[in-house]
Amino acid sequence: MKRRAFDGVLVVATILGLTFLLLPLVAIFLRVPVGEFLAQLHSDVAIDALLVTLETNAIAQGLIVLVGTPCAYLLATRRFRGRALAITLVELPLVLPPAVAGLALLAAFGRLGLLGGTFDTLGVTVSFTKTAVILAVAYVASPFYVRGAIAAFEALDQPLLDASRTLGAGPGRTFFRVALPLASQGLVAAAALSVARGLGEFGATIMFAGSFQGVTQTLSLAIYAQFDLDFDVAISLGAVLVVVCAAILLTVKLVPAWTRSSSTSVFPFAPSRSS
Amino acid sequence: MDSLELDIRLPLRSFALELTLAVGRETFALVGPSGAGKTSALRAVAGLARPASGRIVLGGRVLFDADRGVDVPPEERGVGFVFQDYALFPHMTVEQNVAYGGRARAGELLERFGIAALAKARPGQLSGGERQRVGLARALAREPGVLLLDEPLSALDPHTRAGLRIELGEILDDLDLPVLLVTHDFHDATVLADRVAALVDGLVLQTGTASELIAAPADAFVASFTGANVLAGHARRAPDGLTEIALAGGGFVYSVDDAEGEVEVAVYPWDVSIAREAPDDSALNHVRGPITSLVTVGNRARVQVGGLVGEVTTASAERLGLREGDVVTVSFKAAATRLVERTTPAR
Repeated sequence: MKRRAFDGVLVVATILGLTFLLLPLVAIFLRVPVGEFLAQLHSDVAIDALLVTLETNAIAQGLIVLVGTPCAYLLATRRFRGRALAITLVELPLVLPPAVAGLALLAAFGRLGLLGGTFDTLGVTVSFTKTAVILAVAYVASPFYVRGAIAAFEALDQPLLDASRTLGAGPGRTFFRVALPLASQGLVAAAALSVARGLGEFGATIMFAGSFQGVTQTLSLAIYAQFDLDFDVAISLGAVLVVVCAAILLTVKLVPAWTRSSSTSVFPFAPSRSS
Repeated sequence: MDSLELDIRLPLRSFALELTLAVGRETFALVGPSGAGKTSALRAVAGLARPASGRIVLGGRVLFDADRGVDVPPEERGVGFVFQDYALFPHMTVEQNVAYGGRARAGELLERFGIAALAKARPGQLSGGERQRVGLARALAREPGVLLLDEPLSALDPHTRAGLRIELGEILDDLDLPVLLVTHDFHDATVLADRVAALVDGLVLQTGTASELIAAPADAFVASFTGANVLAGHARRAPDGLTEIALAGGGFVYSVDDAEGEVEVAVYPWDVSIAREAPDDSALNHVRGPITSLVTVGNRARVQVGGLVGEVTTASAERLGLREGDVVTVSFKAAATRLVERTTPAR
């Protein structure tokens, strides 16, 4: 009897938790009929926000992958003094409140900031431009990619890298022909998480880039701006983000099934072997 | 000039590997228990581990020289390495694996090792023996100056192991290359290698052919590693030119080897004969006791009496009707009773 009761508690808690997580999302779609939802998306605000979001996130994620991949490979495969510190620094934006990150970016790259003078002489303005959005997204989303990439590279079988070296491939060729393909599954999963975090970016962006329609106003910022003006528009934009993020989550979940590799899988969500 | 010469000192976790070797166009085996530093020796030759001091020369070309600051990177050493679990690239086909090191000879090697039919297969689909052949073909594709094999048979199950040991031996015989292999199995070394070095805690205890090691093991460790029964005892010279050893476990045995004081007695199982009654033969040493275990392996039976294991044919065992618990007499000649030094811990 006791065991039954215990199982009952587990089931009730799970149902309660899942309902709590899903109910708000369902409410979004119940609030706006599909027809009106699509109509709202044709508004200038929505289209501008969508374009700004896509452009800035594409560039930011490109930068994250370009800089983050070699950085993660170094941190994963070399042992050196200060490595633990470097990894901690990579993770810093994870725990930093986004508003503080925005403030810090402003203090570094803003007109009156640390490098403001340098940028001024070069005739470049960073704060409150698209560049600022890109930097804000890159700042807060990068740890999600780099952490996952480090784990993916660390899981590589060292003899495979050694074998590549003895077969005449230098460190560079070994990276591109062995390490990268074998870690790709983990890298894609990490990138998907980073994209999800970047799309939802709000705090750092509004501090550092402001919310100017067509320039720096991303979907998240547009939702906030529309919240006071037209609740239905805000809800429609929210629905768009929900759909996009759900698609990303599914991508991450399905990636292992796409790649043929039967080798180690680095997977941030479910480490269970059965799935 | 096709030879590998090394004289290195490589500090490991709890001891240092100190190795001086010259391997010509032959198969040389480093044999020793796990953790003896065998793999580290191969890694040093391949450039994957850096010795603290010493030199490595392959075919007259200096690969490593600590004094002159020479350390050729692994990709330029021209060393073929077959890793313990073969380390085949799982994301490439068999053909791509073999061609990774050198495209020119890939097709020929696939044919030679009988894996051409598997060219498009991935390593995950191969059997242990097929993987080994792919690993060998891949390591040879770059026309290396030396072939290194790390525990080439340990990834295989016992059933396929025996067959592949012979197959690998034939492949290695056909190679016109220095081959350095490491194994923890002395039997693998006897089949595969021309010369053997017993390595313990980073130090070579004895070098020679497998039969030399068996005929005159340098110490108790080598004796036991090569398969001998090793019994502790106290030796004193007997009047008739023999040595009498009082065994620590009780009883006396005689040896033709000259020794005095604390010794280890080494007797190989195949030098031991077994009888129901004390035989009236030329053997000087007789130990009587009950059979504590009787294991049949192929056409041979391993009979254990006290601390001694004897090996007889299954036919003999059946003729004598041996069973566990039967009291028998174990005999061996004084000439087959080798006295060896007690192995002193290296450090």
